[in-house]
Amino acid sequence: MVENLVKNTKPIKTKKSKQEFNSDTVFYGIVYALLIVTALIILYPLWYIFISSFSSGARVAAGEVVFWPLDITLDGYKAILDHNSIPTGFKNTFIYTVSGTVVNVVMTVMAAYALSRTKLPYRNQITLFFAFTMWFNGGMIPTYLLYKDLHLIDNPLVMIIPGALGIWNMVITRTFFQKSIPNELLEAATMDGCSDIGYLLKIVLPLSKPIIAVITLYYAVGHWNAFFNAMIYLHTPEYYPLQLIMRDILIVGQNMEMSSSGYTMEEILYRENLQNMLQYSVIVVSTAPMLILYPFVQKYFVQGIMVGALKG
Amino acid sequence: MKSKKVKPEPVDNTGQVIINKKQKSRWERTKAAFFDCWQLYLLLLLPMLYMLVFHYFPMYGAQIAFRDYKPVDGIWGSEWVGFEHFIRFFDYYQFKDIMLNTLEISIYGLIVGVPFPVILAILLKYCPNKKFGKGVQIITYAPHFISVVVMVSIIMKTLDPRNGLINNVLALFGIEYNLNLLAMPEAFSSVYVWSGIWQTMGFSAIIYIAILTGVDVSLHEAAMVDGANVVQRIRHIDFPALIPQITILLILSLGRILNVGFEKTLLMQNSLNASASEVISTYVYKMGIAASFPDVSYTSAVGLFQSVIAFILIFVVNKLARKYGEMSLW
Repeated sequence: MVENLVKNTKPIKTKKSKQEFNSDTVFYGIVYALLIVTALIILYPLWYIFISSFSSGARVAAGEVVFWPLDITLDGYKAILDHNSIPTGFKNTFIYTVSGTVVNVVMTVMAAYALSRTKLPYRNQITLFFAFTMWFNGGMIPTYLLYKDLHLIDNPLVMIIPGALGIWNMVITRTFFQKSIPNELLEAATMDGCSDIGYLLKIVLPLSKPIIAVITLYYAVGHWNAFFNAMIYLHTPEYYPLQLIMRDILIVGQNMEMSSSGYTMEEILYRENLQNMLQYSVIVVSTAPMLILYPFVQKYFVQGIMVGALKG
Repeated sequence: MKSKKVKPEPVDNTGQVIINKKQKSRWERTKAAFFDCWQLYLLLLLPMLYMLVFHYFPMYGAQIAFRDYKPVDGIWGSEWVGFEHFIRFFDYYQFKDIMLNTLEISIYGLIVGVPFPVILAILLKYCPNKKFGKGVQIITYAPHFISVVVMVSIIMKTLDPRNGLINNVLALFGIEYNLNLLAMPEAFSSVYVWSGIWQTMGFSAIIYIAILTGVDVSLHEAAMVDGANVVQRIRHIDFPALIPQITILLILSLGRILNVGFEKTLLMQNSLNASASEVISTYVYKMGIAASFPDVSYTSAVGLFQSVIAFILIFVVNKLARKYGEMSLW
């Protein structure tokens, strides 16, 4: 104990200047080692997909692509443009994501702001009315029957309306409004005769960039990646979002129109390799937008998440 | 502070007026408060309507589980049959398998999934080189933004016994690898859980990192003066700070214990691993939606059974947490 005391009190005063070798040094060594291993395990599969998308399909199929792309080619990316449904899928997903996210953010802010105002009569009851659905739901089948009655089956609106409000996002937004907007502003605004909606538009929203950024990202990622509703409710291929088309290409293994008649063995092999390259490049192209979006929002992230995690 | 407009008035008025106000108060005050808040209610109108239609109406419609659904009669006209469909599910010869699969995947995921983000957060906090730590943190977030479809295809490409990633890397070391994990029922839960950790570890760590940043520095300084080494400080200062959040996470996860990620399971499922990958939600989907003759009432009953169990669980665990740990979700 005494030894430890001597060893450990010293660095405090010198503020982490060259520490002597002790158990802490070993600890920091382990920290570095584990972090490097973690980063590699997470990064490598992503890197592998990335390099495979630029490599010739034959080299990938032979298992030769490990560290760097081999026989660099853009054929996989060209195949995306030539594909009969991927471009439509992109267009649809883009439309669903933008319009869906706008609807989401507007709905969320409306509900969250109203519930953040303490003067609202029956505020707790209304909050419970929203929150209860986080713990209980009617199930997949009654929901399906409802959508059928609402004529949402095979209707592109099914990608936007049923998920118009995320309760969890609404709760964190409400908490943010309560915690981060000083009450004095409300008092001052009320004195100046500012209405409730006016206060929301002129004071609350400009001060709430972090949380708006965070929920926008959440919603946008959700829409971009959504495939469940599309799989169940959409039947017309023109409405399919990218993820559903990707499921067919990546998982069901549906091939490009491949009538083997009239092709030589070489051509068939080439097409098979192309199919493989298409899989890798479509993963890259579909995932990139969300990964690129993230850094722009990142600076707000911890703040937004932290506020949401605190109970309020 | 219930209502701003009513409150200041009595101060300006004489005593008599105040008494008058109090007499007619309750109804009048509520009315005034409602009127005062009309803009807030206007904002709530659409969200509440949405909740009513898309969340509460299906709950009401879940009564079809107690009826015998006939398309001609609709939900409201079909005949009542009580618990018949529930009993049919309990008697179903695969009932036990489905329940066990569901529980295995979620409990496995719960036990293995909780420590990793915590460990990652601690590692990042004690990483001496902040820039390096930041870099690792950003890398660990990335998989969170990957869609289920892409995630499952990455799993398939990684595990492919012919030319998958693991196969290629092991080949570098001259190790032969020819397991097809996705075709092995006994490997299904492991593949599911560990790929989930790969995908969500970094993102789940954010909250712990934020909490650790908030830990009072003076506690650490005091402990260092008392001769505590890093490991001791982690155990006695950092870890206790994380406990409340871990508890909340556990409560939430317990509430979802019958709710195994439906999309991922369905996509990972194939005829070879079906004996281990059939969970409640995939079963409901297959029998109630994908089937050519959907068994509406029966699958509604199965789904309702799942919802009710989840609700009871979350309620009970929250009560326990409140009683013994003084923590609660609400």
